[in-house]
Amino acid sequence: MASITEKTWFDQIEEQDNWHDDEPFDEGSFKAEDEKIFVASYWQLMWWKFRKHRMAMVSAVIIVLLYLVAVFAEFVAPYNPDPHPSELFVSYKLAPPSRVHFIDEEGNFQRPFVYKIAQERDPETLRRIYAEDTSEKYPIRFFVNGPEYEMWGLFPAQKHLFGLGPEAGEQGFFLLGVDEGARDLFTRICFGARISLTIGLVAVVISLILGIILGGISGYYGGTADNVIQRIIEFIRSVPEIPLIMALAAALPADWPVVRLYFGITILLSFVGWTGLARVVRGRFLSLREEDFVMAARLSGSSEMRVILRHMLPSFLSHIIASLTLSIPGIILSETGLSFIGLGLRPPAISWGVLLQDAQKVKTVALAPWLLIPALAVVLTVLAFNFLGDGIRDAADPYSK
Amino acid sequence: MAIFILRRVLYMIPTLIVISFLSFVIIQAPPGDFLTSYAAQLRAQGDEVDEARLEALRVRYGLGEPFYKQYWKWISGILLRNDWGQSMEWQKPVKDLIWERLALTAALSLSSLFVSWFIAIPIGVYSATHQYSWLDYLMTFFSFVGLGTPGFLLALIIMYLAQSQLGMNVGGLFSNEYMLAPWSLAKFVDMLKHIWIPMVILAFGSTAGNIRITRANLLDELNKPYVETARAKGLRENRLIWKYPVRVALNPFFSTVGWSLASLISGTTLVALVLSLQTTGPMLLRALTSQDMYLAGSFILLLSTLTVVGTLISDIALAIADPRIRVN
Repeated sequence: MASITEKTWFDQIEEQDNWHDDEPFDEGSFKAEDEKIFVASYWQLMWWKFRKHRMAMVSAVIIVLLYLVAVFAEFVAPYNPDPHPSELFVSYKLAPPSRVHFIDEEGNFQRPFVYKIAQERDPETLRRIYAEDTSEKYPIRFFVNGPEYEMWGLFPAQKHLFGLGPEAGEQGFFLLGVDEGARDLFTRICFGARISLTIGLVAVVISLILGIILGGISGYYGGTADNVIQRIIEFIRSVPEIPLIMALAAALPADWPVVRLYFGITILLSFVGWTGLARVVRGRFLSLREEDFVMAARLSGSSEMRVILRHMLPSFLSHIIASLTLSIPGIILSETGLSFIGLGLRPPAISWGVLLQDAQKVKTVALAPWLLIPALAVVLTVLAFNFLGDGIRDAADPYSK
Repeated sequence: MAIFILRRVLYMIPTLIVISFLSFVIIQAPPGDFLTSYAAQLRAQGDEVDEARLEALRVRYGLGEPFYKQYWKWISGILLRNDWGQSMEWQKPVKDLIWERLALTAALSLSSLFVSWFIAIPIGVYSATHQYSWLDYLMTFFSFVGLGTPGFLLALIIMYLAQSQLGMNVGGLFSNEYMLAPWSLAKFVDMLKHIWIPMVILAFGSTAGNIRITRANLLDELNKPYVETARAKGLRENRLIWKYPVRVALNPFFSTVGWSLASLISGTTLVALVLSLQTTGPMLLRALTSQDMYLAGSFILLLSTLTVVGTLISDIALAIADPRIRVN
């Protein structure tokens, strides 16, 4: 009788449904780490994936350090950025970076020190040349008392992270050399970080607000609103950015105080910068709008605001953070460029772009190449942000291999 | 096809109107009207101020009239009479000043665009087909450095190196003897000797981005079934890669030509300032700082128009290359 061995379709389905019941559950096949992955939250998975991107981790550390320098600039820098004339290193104008020595004349290993700087005149060009006078040396001290300052403009202090002790007299420790105005360049770079690093953050926050509102409207509602906003974005992106910002920045009154100029420039930069973010937000909204969980939320009677904020936003937040990070470098570069050509921030404001103004004349740079160091600071920051953003973008989708 | 082109050209018109409007806002931005500052400038130099001439200029530009009327006078002057206004600083009509510089800017931007493609596409293809090889890593590193180093910083560093190591000044587009000379073959050759430095500097930055785009797009394409099919049919690997996936991978590349052109012109502006090239950048900056607004506004108008037209041309080229775009 064939009918006994032949299974009906019903039996087959029954069998398929219950196939796992036949095998005993193998507890050993689940390792403890697997279980950790199964129960891990989205952010935890992201962090694990991010941690694997080595350059991004290094960059994250660099960025944190840079921001710490910016926050504690008064303490990290050995001197004041715009010192009282009596504190200027008048006799060390354009002195090269001091060389830090560990081994003295007799070949003994010592705590780091610098030699006394001796000055000579070039007999032909009458230029000042600086040499090391090995007869006298000054040790580099940490947590040393230096020029007085007011921390964050609030309370007076004297401690600096490092510097030379009082025995060095007028000579300073010029880690990155001295500029044309007889000021310590390292100090000025530390303070320049304040403006250069924050302008990116502030401008990105403003661009984000614009980008989320306009990109959100564009992607969520679609139709005419989408069309209009897309045309605006295309328009802004098709105008060359630098000439446009130059023209707008030139229209800012020349007599504005530093703070107002800072915000003026920031707003200009974000006005041009929001389009990229808006495109990302719109793209995400468009793809999520059709997802089942959004439909489910809407059918269960959630308000539109709740659908957007509670259900859609969390699932593309990481992508937004990634593109935010990736748009900071562009803003930092624009600010540097603007200040460099004299249309952005102006002295007495200190930003890396302002510092680079000193490097505009080739002749000066040929004599004092350390004036280009602020450029290295810019490149380092921009690279670090690029790698960090890259790492976040990769980690933003932790479920992909 | 003709309908497609016509539609694209019509789309362009509102954009151009907005651009012209924006340029005029920029012209109007400095406080006070420019004639007042012009007169003040003349007085400061101790020159006689000719009231009749001022009055004539006032009527010509419609100063004191409402905004839209002034705008109309300005834009109709440009469109109908090729009258771009007067440069106060140079004491010349704007139209005599801008065209040569604009042509040089366009030439510089376009040539560096092509140079960067020429370098980036083979490297990007190599990186994608030899993923995780040491050359791929090297190129990835190189493109990151390129992304992080903006043109004007690179220009500064190259200027310094040329000056200190070779004792050579790499600024400018012409040697001294050709600076003011009329165009000739000799001047052109002289320019070619100078222009490659800014060209390489500009191409460097965009090459980095282009390598990354080519590599990423091509990696996406390489896993698609049609590549496998072609391979299974016995097509030679080189021919296969260049004929099918590369073509598809480069599409987004050409469709964003307008944006790369815009960013190249931005880059050219700053690099030109560092290297003091005879392009629009330095003159625009000078016009802006001395409030020579008709000159500055004309530059903004023309530079933006240049990118819009560039986008149009690239769209049309793309439509010819890719029939799918024509239909939609």
